[in-house]
Amino acid sequence: MSKVLIKGNEAVVRGALLAGCKNFFGYPITPASEIAEAAAYYFPLLGGTFLQAESEIGAINMVYGAASSPFRCMTASSSPGISLKMEGISYIAGAELPCVIIDIMRGGPGLGNIAPEQADYNQIVKGGGHGNYRLITLAPNSAQEMCDLTMLAFELSDKYRNPAVVLADGIIGQMMEPVEFPEPVQVIPERPWALKGSADSHNLVCSIELEPDRLEEHNRKLQEKYAGISRQEIRCETIHCEDAEHIFIGYGVVSRILHSVVESLRAEGIKAGLLRPITLFPFPAPQIEHFAASKKLRSFFVCELSAGQMVDDVRLAVNGRKPVHLHTRMGGNVPSVKEIVETFKASL
Amino acid sequence: MKSNILQKSDSFYDIFTRKGGTQLQSTHYCPGCGHGILHKLIAEAISDFGIQDRTVLISPVGCSVFAYYYFDVGNIQSAHGRAPAVATGYKRSNPDSIMISYQGDGDLAAIGANEILQAANRGEQMTVFFVNNAIYGMTGGQMAPTTLIGQKSTTTPRGRSAQNEGFPLRMSEIIATLEAPVYVERVMLTDTKNIARTRKAVRKALSIQIEKKGFSFVEVLSPCPTGWKMTPVNSKKWITDVLSRYFEPGLKKDVSEDRQPVIQMRPQPHFDQYHELLDIKSLSDELKDIALPEIRQVNDEIKIAGFGGQGVLSLGYALANIAMGHAYQVSWLPSYGPEMRGGTANCSVKISDLRVASPIIDNPHTLVAMNKPSLKRFENDVQPGGLILYDSGLIDTAPERKDVQVMGINATEEADALGSTKAANMIMLGAYVKLRGYLSKDYILKALPLIIKNKAFTELNEKAFKRGMELAKI
Repeated sequence: MSKVLIKGNEAVVRGALLAGCKNFFGYPITPASEIAEAAAYYFPLLGGTFLQAESEIGAINMVYGAASSPFRCMTASSSPGISLKMEGISYIAGAELPCVIIDIMRGGPGLGNIAPEQADYNQIVKGGGHGNYRLITLAPNSAQEMCDLTMLAFELSDKYRNPAVVLADGIIGQMMEPVEFPEPVQVIPERPWALKGSADSHNLVCSIELEPDRLEEHNRKLQEKYAGISRQEIRCETIHCEDAEHIFIGYGVVSRILHSVVESLRAEGIKAGLLRPITLFPFPAPQIEHFAASKKLRSFFVCELSAGQMVDDVRLAVNGRKPVHLHTRMGGNVPSVKEIVETFKASL
Repeated sequence: MKSNILQKSDSFYDIFTRKGGTQLQSTHYCPGCGHGILHKLIAEAISDFGIQDRTVLISPVGCSVFAYYYFDVGNIQSAHGRAPAVATGYKRSNPDSIMISYQGDGDLAAIGANEILQAANRGEQMTVFFVNNAIYGMTGGQMAPTTLIGQKSTTTPRGRSAQNEGFPLRMSEIIATLEAPVYVERVMLTDTKNIARTRKAVRKALSIQIEKKGFSFVEVLSPCPTGWKMTPVNSKKWITDVLSRYFEPGLKKDVSEDRQPVIQMRPQPHFDQYHELLDIKSLSDELKDIALPEIRQVNDEIKIAGFGGQGVLSLGYALANIAMGHAYQVSWLPSYGPEMRGGTANCSVKISDLRVASPIIDNPHTLVAMNKPSLKRFENDVQPGGLILYDSGLIDTAPERKDVQVMGINATEEADALGSTKAANMIMLGAYVKLRGYLSKDYILKALPLIIKNKAFTELNEKAFKRGMELAKI
């Protein structure tokens, strides 16, 4: 085992470079700045570009430009910065370009604070920009996954020509854990659609289409792509779910806390399980439906660092078959194991 | 003498199929509009310079949003005002390309004022053609940042007033004040003479980029008969008589003779070198010859707290690294967010033979308290049967808990005696290792210099660690 003790935010940059990413455009914001700082150091060493943009808007539009080229590119920010990027993200999704966006979520709304929250779920998973687009959304819960899911984000982004987001919280970004880094990806998939010049027949990147029928057709094509992603790319982790009477659902750092909750309840003889979405879009609805249909299962318990955003997707999947309880913390507060156990017991 | 035959440039498509509809050989521009003339001059230059296959033209939002209907080059259609940022992104990724940012006045001087200023200031290797017609044409004649005082538009029905809307922006003059731009000129599409001047400016601006000298900017005063509600002939006259009085044509900056080409050499390391260049170095690879004790059943949750500067974060980092080297599962979390209230730094280290679930510690098994506020804050959180290690030199009141193991270590004074207060954290590390007993002293002595890389502290840290082990009496 060759492991390195490293911060999640730094694992992102290593993962990106090992995935063959060549271009990083970013703007400083706490608690995501370490990503830009590490990128500023390492990207040029490997022959890539790091550029601190004039604004979040500048950064995402640089990504739009670079994503039209034959090389992989990325940006990173935190909640208020991501809000600013939404215009550009809509254009990138509309033009069907691949790129990776890292969002290290912080407290909101407005300037909020720099403590961890998960209140960007709706703006990332449901689309904060205009139009009918979806973002492939990966939710790491360890430093190892900050590397692995960043690499996966590049792969999926290229495969579907769609932006992919690594949606993490401040704790996952700041925490150090052992990470085993893979060997670099040596061959990036061909990008026949990338801009070169007129010699290439596919020499246009755009999202404008004045003709309603053609724009509708484009939208239908996008929806088909998203349906394909939903069929193919769901990833989730289950712990002790097979015989569970109560399934806890949470992502990111919350899933780590819920893991402790589940172990502690199991020690008391309560059959608790953990379902952790690794992909938020596509959402693991079929997996939740499977457990919702189980006779053994009595309730779902969702925990989020938001007013309850993912819980909507859980409720859609459960579709009234079982009770769905919700425990929320906001403003940068993180629930303790004890607190969740108590709320859970009160829900019984 | 060479004769010029007027014909369609190769850099235009023969038929504008992207346009759709039935009229595939005419543009969408209104009669008398300047865009068509400027398009022709640019297309001609692209063909003459032989750069068609590496040119990428950014179509903005505005009347020229459909420039990609006509130019047979790489085309990106960008969001309103963002063309210079998009061009920057593409150019940085693909430096051999020729970038043309083609923008109107609303796009460049209003919503995109920051993007253009910053791209110009960075000296991006791109050529900007700025079409100034003092009005928003595409959206139906609203006020532009370059609309003249008194000029009527659909959003200045009584004419632009300086009190309400401010003054028209002279972008060329602003750009020319910046250090980086190489060439800035304002021209106008009024008559043959001025179109010839425009042609020259277009070619010069592109040559500068081809020669890799940097950023060039050409502002073109261009007629908009529809927006101005004038005939094409009167529009040209209005440019000459009125518009060009405020936006004075001419060379604003030209340092092309003095500028050297900027050619960036980029390293191209082999994939074998990636891990080394990314500082991916595993402690266990470096220390693989050292025999390690067998893994035990360990589940320690350690809170380390003190003043900033006492090395509490690096103590936690060293401990987590050492435990990882012993093949335990670990996590290290610095005080972050609301935990930072109160002025003490702290970190949470979890060490387990099993997968670490939550990295957050609510009730530590071990508390290492380096100052009084830290002890006060965390003492009551420690689990019954746990351990409190505290700096007895800095904390004059011993912990009150009777249900935990308590040990005072005079870490700071002992560290002073060894030569530096900074080694107090390593004394605490030694004490922890001695009391917990599952980590190898030999391994730690080899590992410490690899974890704390500052060589000035290698000897001191070793002494301090050993001293800590001595001080912790079981």
